[in-house]
Amino acid sequence: MNVSDLQSHDEIAWCPGCGDFGILNAVKKALVKHNRDPKDILLVSGIGQAAKLPHYIRCNCFNGLHGRALPPAVAAKIVNRNLTVIVTTGEGDCYGEGGNHFLHNIRRNVDITVIVHDNHIYGLTKGQASPTTDLGYQTKIQTSGVIVEPFNPLEVAIALGCGFVARGYSADSDHLAELILAGINHRGFSLINVLQPCVSFNHKNTYEWYSKRIYKVDQEADYDVSNKFSAYHKCGEWDDRIPIGIIYKTERTTYEDRSGINEKQPLVDEIINNINIENILDDFI
Amino acid sequence: MDPTPTEFNIRIAGEAGQGIETFGSALCHIYKKSGFHIFANQDYMSRIRGGNNYFQIRVSEAEIFSCREKIDILVALDLPSISLHQSNLHKNGIILLDKAKFNMTQNEPNYFDIPLFALAQKMGGSELYVNSIMCGIMAYITSAELSLLLKTTRIIFKDKTEEIINKNILAVKAGFDFAQNYYKGKLFKINPSVTIPHLLMNGNDAIALGAIKAGCKFYSAYPMSPSTSIMTVVAHYAKKFNIIVEQAEDEIAAVNMVIGASFAGVRSMTATSGGGFALMAEGVSLAAMTETPLVIVDAQRPAPATGLPTRTEQADLNFLIHAGHGEFAKIILAPGTIEEAFTLTIRAFELAEQYQIPVFILTDQHLADSYKDIDNLEGRNQKMVRHIISKNESINLLNYKRYQMTETGISPRAIPSWISQPIYVDSDEHTEEGHITEDADIRRKMVEKRLYLKNKGLRNEILKQKAFQLENADLILLGFGSTFGVMKEACEKISNHRVGFIHLSQVWPFPTDEILEYLKGAKKIYTIENNATGQLAGIIRQETTLKIHGSILKFDGRPFNLDLVIEIINKAFNK
Repeated sequence: MNVSDLQSHDEIAWCPGCGDFGILNAVKKALVKHNRDPKDILLVSGIGQAAKLPHYIRCNCFNGLHGRALPPAVAAKIVNRNLTVIVTTGEGDCYGEGGNHFLHNIRRNVDITVIVHDNHIYGLTKGQASPTTDLGYQTKIQTSGVIVEPFNPLEVAIALGCGFVARGYSADSDHLAELILAGINHRGFSLINVLQPCVSFNHKNTYEWYSKRIYKVDQEADYDVSNKFSAYHKCGEWDDRIPIGIIYKTERTTYEDRSGINEKQPLVDEIINNINIENILDDFI
Repeated sequence: MDPTPTEFNIRIAGEAGQGIETFGSALCHIYKKSGFHIFANQDYMSRIRGGNNYFQIRVSEAEIFSCREKIDILVALDLPSISLHQSNLHKNGIILLDKAKFNMTQNEPNYFDIPLFALAQKMGGSELYVNSIMCGIMAYITSAELSLLLKTTRIIFKDKTEEIINKNILAVKAGFDFAQNYYKGKLFKINPSVTIPHLLMNGNDAIALGAIKAGCKFYSAYPMSPSTSIMTVVAHYAKKFNIIVEQAEDEIAAVNMVIGASFAGVRSMTATSGGGFALMAEGVSLAAMTETPLVIVDAQRPAPATGLPTRTEQADLNFLIHAGHGEFAKIILAPGTIEEAFTLTIRAFELAEQYQIPVFILTDQHLADSYKDIDNLEGRNQKMVRHIISKNESINLLNYKRYQMTETGISPRAIPSWISQPIYVDSDEHTEEGHITEDADIRRKMVEKRLYLKNKGLRNEILKQKAFQLENADLILLGFGSTFGVMKEACEKISNHRVGFIHLSQVWPFPTDEILEYLKGAKKIYTIENNATGQLAGIIRQETTLKIHGSILKFDGRPFNLDLVIEIINKAFNK
């Protein structure tokens, strides 16, 4: 398995210089290391610039509705656990439109990896505030600046008991690839929130802005990824210093464990041609 | 009552939480096992305790399909039930009540006073035995066999401990003895048939069984009356049939999960009511665009908004026909009987998979919650045919295109990971390979594929309508879904005029040619609908340009009953 096996021939519709390119490269690098046949990998997305990513990799792709990437992804994994299921979504898709699915799929803890392209702005609709846009940032809609507190996805994920919470940076594609691979290898719902400059609409959180602030959390000698409280504290850092890396990691029982589907053949392999319901009809006599 | 009664009607009324449904369904079993035909419907409020609910059982020598207005036996489990329901009592009808419990002294000739709650305390030390005592009393009054009753009691409580079973059997006997000693009124006696009907279930049971039979392996829904019991029944058998039942966080999640599971290769479904369906509408459109099989049950209840959550209506028809933004092929099946709820659920799975489209099963609270004896479920041994590229066929498949253009508009569907190449599916307009495109020519062809070509095929799949007594009819009734029962019985019972009916168990695609043929030369055409606008009449006009002379409409949240329909039809002739 190498990068050429993942080559798609679709024309890429992102803006030149978009952070999405770094994420695309990181996903490819991670998948090369993951070393599974593209036919066994399923990329699921909703709508937005991030959601176009599955078209730019040669893997199975289900590109569904805005905000609804998670429900089809978990269902596909539940019925065919042999698939490696990865969601590529944006902060609008995942935390805004699809917020309820974000909350409840962390609880469900199906073994999928969720990569959220978080550029702190709406790109495809041309520059409105997103759930994570910084307070005070002016847009054509938020004309006096954003007055709604930004959503902190990492804090929420940790509070909900997500077993793998990471933050990556699109310009550090090697580091991001490691995070994605670790997310794939983690059993259960893995969240990788990826900071990504939007060269067209976000004039605050630029490459330069990020490069001054970003540091790798594992470079702090005493950082304990299994400590929920220090992880929670880490998520609060933003204006001066921004940590990237695995923020929180713990083993949790998965949906697959609890539902018992790991003990049975995948549902997709069930033969349904001649299901016998005669015995249960006795309950209706 | 008729001079020689061939049926009687029981209504058990009381507060929510008094076990009315348990009692009612026990009686249904007893009458069915005694060789009678039954039709039982439920009327309940959207609350867990209190209020006033009833369970009504019509018991008959002949097979019956609808409920009636007048009651022969009213079982009042609380005081308000007497005043609420006695206006529906036949002039020879009786009321069973517990005057001590209700703190009343008043006496009426049609009262049969039973110290029910005291007896229950004595029997089992708890009011839990009220139902069993009442079963015994009812059995005596309606001339049911005590031995059969005891056998049935054992079956009903089969999951309970031996002690509980025995206490209930004693309670049943005590009730029977009490009635034998003290009941001096008229006994309700009708003749059982020789053959005992095979099964007893309600519409939702039948849908759940149909789904299991059809090979549904993934069921996701958000609980919503009156659809919830479908999920309950599927969940009950989920382990046995290796089905995953996942309660979704909302209906949007439910429909999108079902689509995801279906895309991944398993038959999947969801069920809801109008409000939940509204949330699913975008998903319907997604299924159509991605050509992913989708089965949705809409068990209708009165709307707008929250409406009357536990009551019945047929007002979602237009909504379903138009559900989902954009234009695409879809099917709406509207079963008229419990048997049909089973066969059409299987059909929904087959057609959804074959045509890769959304298929709706449109029912309502009346069909969902009504019990009837059933002789057989057609299709219970039917073999399913899968409309996918099998695992074996997948092995050597090359150059696969998910949306390959074909004459039928149906592209062979491969399952992800079974074929050697990846599969692309997109909610954006896409090429044959499934990649996003804005090309005008491809766009036009894809619309034709999803709409024209598939609809052409669906023309050959239209379900045959149930038609009765159309020739030289003075009046022809048309209905869909749960009104089948009242149409059938009303048309059979009305003797001074010739009234025929057509029941549509498939409303969309609309059977235009068939309806035009049936109604050729019809004198007078009415629709009968549980809604306020006559939606079916509108669709018939739109699709056939025929003149519809009237609609019998009911939109008070209650189902039609046979007596009311006969009265309305007779009035229509006297106008």
